[in-house]
Amino acid sequence: MTSLAPGTSDAQARTAAAVGEASEEHGHAEHTDARLFGLATFLVADGMTFAGFFAAYLTFRAVNPLPEGSTYELELLLPAINTVLLLASSFTFHRAGRGLLRGDGPSCRLWLLITAGLGVAFLAGQMVEYFHLPFGLTDNLYASTFYAITGFHGLHVTLGVICILIVWWQARRGGRISAASPFGLEAAELYWHFVDGIWVILFGILYLL
Amino acid sequence: MTLASSPEGPFQFQPPPPEASGLQPQGWLRYLSFSLDHKVIGLQYMVCGFLFYFLGGALAGVIRTELASPISDFVSRETYNEVLTLHGTVMIFLWIVPVVNGAFGNYLIPFYVGARDMAFPRLNAVAFWLIPPAGLLLIASYFVQGGAAQSGWTAYPPLSLTTPALGQVLWILSVLLLGGSSIFGGINFIATILKLRRPGLQMMQLPMYCWAMLGTSILVVLSTPVLAGTLVLLSFDIIAHTGFFNPALGGNVVVYQHLFWFYSHPAVYIMVLPAFGLVSEIIPVHARKPLFGYTTMVYSILAIVVLGLVVWAHHMFTSGTPPWMRLFFTIATSFIAVPTGIKFFNWLATLWGGKIALNSAMLFSCAFIVNFVFGGITGVALAQVPFDIHVHDTYFVVGHFHYIVYGGTVFIIFSAVYHWYPKFTGRMLNEDLGRLHFLLTFVGFNLCFAPQHWLGLNGMPRRVAEYDPAFTTWNQVSSVGALLMAISTLPFLINVVMSAFRGKVAGDNPWQALTPEWLTSSPPPVENWIGEAPLVTHPYGYGAPADSVDLKVATGKEIWSGPGR
Repeated sequence: MTSLAPGTSDAQARTAAAVGEASEEHGHAEHTDARLFGLATFLVADGMTFAGFFAAYLTFRAVNPLPEGSTYELELLLPAINTVLLLASSFTFHRAGRGLLRGDGPSCRLWLLITAGLGVAFLAGQMVEYFHLPFGLTDNLYASTFYAITGFHGLHVTLGVICILIVWWQARRGGRISAASPFGLEAAELYWHFVDGIWVILFGILYLL
Repeated sequence: MTLASSPEGPFQFQPPPPEASGLQPQGWLRYLSFSLDHKVIGLQYMVCGFLFYFLGGALAGVIRTELASPISDFVSRETYNEVLTLHGTVMIFLWIVPVVNGAFGNYLIPFYVGARDMAFPRLNAVAFWLIPPAGLLLIASYFVQGGAAQSGWTAYPPLSLTTPALGQVLWILSVLLLGGSSIFGGINFIATILKLRRPGLQMMQLPMYCWAMLGTSILVVLSTPVLAGTLVLLSFDIIAHTGFFNPALGGNVVVYQHLFWFYSHPAVYIMVLPAFGLVSEIIPVHARKPLFGYTTMVYSILAIVVLGLVVWAHHMFTSGTPPWMRLFFTIATSFIAVPTGIKFFNWLATLWGGKIALNSAMLFSCAFIVNFVFGGITGVALAQVPFDIHVHDTYFVVGHFHYIVYGGTVFIIFSAVYHWYPKFTGRMLNEDLGRLHFLLTFVGFNLCFAPQHWLGLNGMPRRVAEYDPAFTTWNQVSSVGALLMAISTLPFLINVVMSAFRGKVAGDNPWQALTPEWLTSSPPPVENWIGEAPLVTHPYGYGAPADSVDLKVATGKEIWSGPGR
């Protein structure tokens, strides 16, 4: 109120100038689709959660020795097979996406089912591994960290499989997902590649290092 | 010109127009609903935040009353611990972060980028509605067995593992919900600023608050998930008796501190960067001058974002950090003074030679500059290892922190309320009550927190209900200051409530401001503008004499000096 100063007509002139540049089109909902971008941003956040866990694990490795009398040993064969399964599932998902864009619905849905099957096989492999490990959740620091990280990743895979099955259902003839509106499939695919990539890092840090 | 036609892209996504379905309530009831309108959500954040501010203020009142005498006489020591934990958590997670990000961000950012709404309106509403349950959970934890969490807002183990478990777990749940809300909000701001800009509007033409919110949201997205993961591990330690952070089980407490401060130091910038943005909007309007050094402002914000992510261990100089780490974090922290100093001098240069209107908004903004530079100087002092070791965990840190978050951010929240209230409600606030509010707040604040630096330098530890009687006088001064601050909210409350009904009608643009939210009615229509969104390429073009140019042929750039020049 007290700032009625030199530019009294600044604002009106500004509006006039702006209207001059604007098109006459009465625009509504000129918003772009930022959904995939938003999902990617969310995955960055999700990745930072894993980064925090990995940083904690690596610091424990560097600073905290394994206490006397406790065991922390991992088998390599089963997780290696699991890695192959998960990597393969990224390719099968990609095939499904290509099928959808070609308009080949049956091929898309077949490859989606194969992808989901590979995800379930991965989860089953992880269950088998859990039951055969010689340590439990609270046995020692490394054991706790191992279960926390692989469990958190397994949760992601589980959610991913559910998403794939939803996409599979929606990609049926006349469903929400089609070559014209492939967002659901693209989002699930981006998420699945992310979960896959996290596993590769996880495998390197937890099993190989 | 085809500037306003739809942009190219494979999708033409149309977010559901808010309240078009007829299912959304109208009138004041919409403020209690799952509304998708960014303006409604912004005000929901605001009112909800102020309710928690009064709760946190009442808790602060309990703390200062207890500390008015050196013995523990007002509340028990356990209650004191609960109160200070709740005070910190409520003020940070339920007041400052939601209001300075969520409230003003949601209200202003769509205007500033020339959009009808945020990028994800539904996610936006979800983000807000996570907050009330989280706050209620926190309050409820006071009444459960063992009482509320007692380990401070930092929840350091092993302390947080030995205090009553249920309250601590509820605290973790509450902070996880608030963290989720914060992340959803951050994603929304990034997508809105980067993807929803009106065609023709360049990044370097955006009002400064957009840049501040972009930087803040990057910090939110990168650091909040780390805190969330850490708190989940902490809850495993409490519930499942794992030993991540429990030294008795071979765990490592310092790892908790690293992960905690990886979020909680950037959190300080999450609280103060939006305030930098808001003050950069307010000062040019009331000084009638273009914002000085737009480009340097932008790059300082980006520099603060980058540096803010690599300074966290300066909170841990007494936690057995190795010398190289101390050296690195001291230097990195001191570097932050450079971009912050640039911003400080830019504000001064904006004021310099301006036609300054010393109204309530401007008074709070100027006081912000004074308070913040003091808090900044003590911050640089705290970055130096020898000094930090002397004052670590003393009232010096408490004083420094409150100069940043209260003297800095809360002053700007008040300033922004005085500035944007006419836009929110269509009515002006009363200036006399506003200046009384300012006077009481400024005097009360400095009386309350300035003596705490002296107390800390002389060795009074923080977070204790009892202290050496030698410290009594200055503690009582501090408590009187707190009382003044409590009184200062009364004129503010009266003003805000009365003016909503009886205030002078504001009109569309009472400040003659140029940023886009003023180029529409007050309060704005649901779709923000009737017709096309204005293309404001020079939001700070103040100061040219209005009669020196022919307004009929003006396009903007040749009249008003702006960021591009």
